[in-house]
Amino acid sequence: MSDSNNVSGYSNENLLEVRNLVKWFPIKAGFFKHTVGQVRAVDGVTFSIKRRQTMGLVGESGCGKSTCGRTILRLYPKTSGEIIFDGQDVSALSKSELRHMRTRMQIVFQDPYSSLSPRLPIGEIIGEAVREHGIVPPDEFDEYITRVMEACGLPEYYKERYPHEFSGGQRQRICIARALALSPEFIVCDEPVSALDVSIQAQIINLLKQLQKDFGLTYLFISHDLSVVEHISDTVGVMYLGSMVEYADTESIFKDPLNPYTKALFSAIPIPDPDVKIHRIILKGSIPSPANPPKGCKFHTRCGECMEVCKYAAPEWKEVKPGHFCACHLYNGADEQARAEETMNKIKSSDGFVEKEESAEL
Amino acid sequence: MKDQKKKKSSYISSGESRKITRFNRRVTKKFEKRREDAAKDPALYTTRMKDPNNVVEFDNVRTYFFTDVGVVKAVDGVNFEIPKKSTVGVVGESGCGKSVTSLSLMQLLQRPQGQTVSGEIRFVKDDGSAYNIVNTPNSIMESIRGNDMSMIFQEPMTALNPIFRVGDQIDEVIILHNPDMPKEDVKKRTLEMLDLVGIANKEGVYKMYPHELSGGMRQRICIAIALACSPKIIIADEPTTALDVTIQAQILDLLKNLKDKLNSSIMLITHDLGVVADMADYVVVMYAGRIVEKGTAREIFHNPSHPYTIGLMASKPVVGQKVEKLYNIPGSVPNPVKMPNYCYFRDRCEMRCDKCDGQYPPEIKIGDTHIVSCYRFIDKGEVLDYPKTVEVEDLYNE
Repeated sequence: MSDSNNVSGYSNENLLEVRNLVKWFPIKAGFFKHTVGQVRAVDGVTFSIKRRQTMGLVGESGCGKSTCGRTILRLYPKTSGEIIFDGQDVSALSKSELRHMRTRMQIVFQDPYSSLSPRLPIGEIIGEAVREHGIVPPDEFDEYITRVMEACGLPEYYKERYPHEFSGGQRQRICIARALALSPEFIVCDEPVSALDVSIQAQIINLLKQLQKDFGLTYLFISHDLSVVEHISDTVGVMYLGSMVEYADTESIFKDPLNPYTKALFSAIPIPDPDVKIHRIILKGSIPSPANPPKGCKFHTRCGECMEVCKYAAPEWKEVKPGHFCACHLYNGADEQARAEETMNKIKSSDGFVEKEESAEL
Repeated sequence: MKDQKKKKSSYISSGESRKITRFNRRVTKKFEKRREDAAKDPALYTTRMKDPNNVVEFDNVRTYFFTDVGVVKAVDGVNFEIPKKSTVGVVGESGCGKSVTSLSLMQLLQRPQGQTVSGEIRFVKDDGSAYNIVNTPNSIMESIRGNDMSMIFQEPMTALNPIFRVGDQIDEVIILHNPDMPKEDVKKRTLEMLDLVGIANKEGVYKMYPHELSGGMRQRICIAIALACSPKIIIADEPTTALDVTIQAQILDLLKNLKDKLNSSIMLITHDLGVVADMADYVVVMYAGRIVEKGTAREIFHNPSHPYTIGLMASKPVVGQKVEKLYNIPGSVPNPVKMPNYCYFRDRCEMRCDKCDGQYPPEIKIGDTHIVSCYRFIDKGEVLDYPKTVEVEDLYNE
């Protein structure tokens, strides 16, 4: 690996650092497919994951959490920003370097029914990449696959079977075994338990935790199930419409959520106790289109604590408490407030700006 | 490896397969004939409710599927009631028969393979006439479905017809059940419904196609369609599973309000215990086609008694409660074609005792409304009936 890839200002404690990651998808129209707009799927996301830890990424569907996970793995080319994995800028890697990097970062997909090839036996599904990358010498290949399968709770005789013979939970184990076979350091888990039954969910979550302990893995755990995220994660990031709105360690974010969106999201979690009546903050409407996000703070159209300044200036990403980051005008210091008001006044006074009345939200 | 395959319990030889097919054809023919005969005689499909406070009574309902690999007892002797103006939650993993129970109530089973082979499903209409849904002919069912009972499906993405405007799809239900209503009134009623389910831009949405709406909005449309004729009972089959938590909170809130407004009952089918705790007055826990525990929501959540209910609750992480490792129920659901003759949960149970080797446990009453099927409580409550196991061969001979 060339030295030019080494990034300065990188702390060795973090396995992954994402700075200002942006991923826009062009909207094409017309005969010549010219670009008419951009879907801002990920719009400036910053976070870091420490070695051997799990970061949970939560948010409503369509907020860009899956896109974020895939862009980090370079399954999508990024639009701008930095992705630093173990001291190297992932997006600057050449093809052959990326090939090597692929063995170090893997992904487990949401749907175990469509992410396994129906034509390959299990042993081949798990072993294909192992052989391709030459992880083990050919004479140890069989034994190695058996070992990986056993670690994921799959007996050896499954090797010759095909995916259709398995239930959802078993298939998800196969997906995990496939990711694990390359002995990666980092795995993106893209809603790995959403398609499974409650009791099977517990098995898979326990397996992921066990593997983390045994192999020293680092996870980015994407999910919309907040109770699962609380259980598995060390830190949690909340996304809304492509932006990170809050980031902190699990305990402090669940105990004391700061951003109004996080508060509403957490109050919506159903509690399995008929006597607990939580005060639910019901958000009006649904998530706006990421192709045309609201001006100012993106959440202001649905926020219960919306102020005048929220409609014009986007809030700054700020460390409100040690280790607890949040983007919201409610927590503005004097400096930020002044800057936000300046932006607001500038927009208000400029002629080109026509104040758009809030159209009836669907 | 090949020998192993032959010994596998699911292996069926071609001779056996032919035998099964022949048997299925004979049995399903018999049941179809029985239905046809019953349809001619109103005495066979009208009935009386055991308790006038109930809307629906399931009395020992057995719904079987006659498949090519054998008979699947999807619902095997289910007993429970849905009282007026209350919400009953049916909980269980996929494949436990909760959806089939609701389909039996709507008579939407895939016939002739799927048949309700015995038992009664009693349903009372607004005017006081009660029907035994099992024998009710199609012509009457058509007037009941959508009018007196209706269903909200799990996937709002697929439940709506993509080529018709949303407004027309709601109109259709109203026109079908009120053929004499003038067109303007139908539209007015539809707009009222859209208003009721909390759609702000109702005139605009009326003219939209389903693909123009988000998941939560589509689910609202499905609810509007289901409620268009103010049904007595709403069957909500996992209404929020495909939705986000914030939208889920909106929809549950909406259902709760509408239930009170329309004086309806809800049969809520879900695997999310949190949703059940929030919504339901009574809870029914199903496992492998049978009810293992039922009672009020408070009884089930504060005093879960069946090992399956306990396991189900322990396997879901709860926000604010830190546990190192989640409990997972070992093993998997038994083969639905060859159910064991002892307790279906015994092989996965960590609390089993010697008695569990015997026949399937009886229903035991451990509280006024709390009933559990588990031998651990055999001395602690009043023992009700032992469930009868129906031999497949008897279905033809009886």
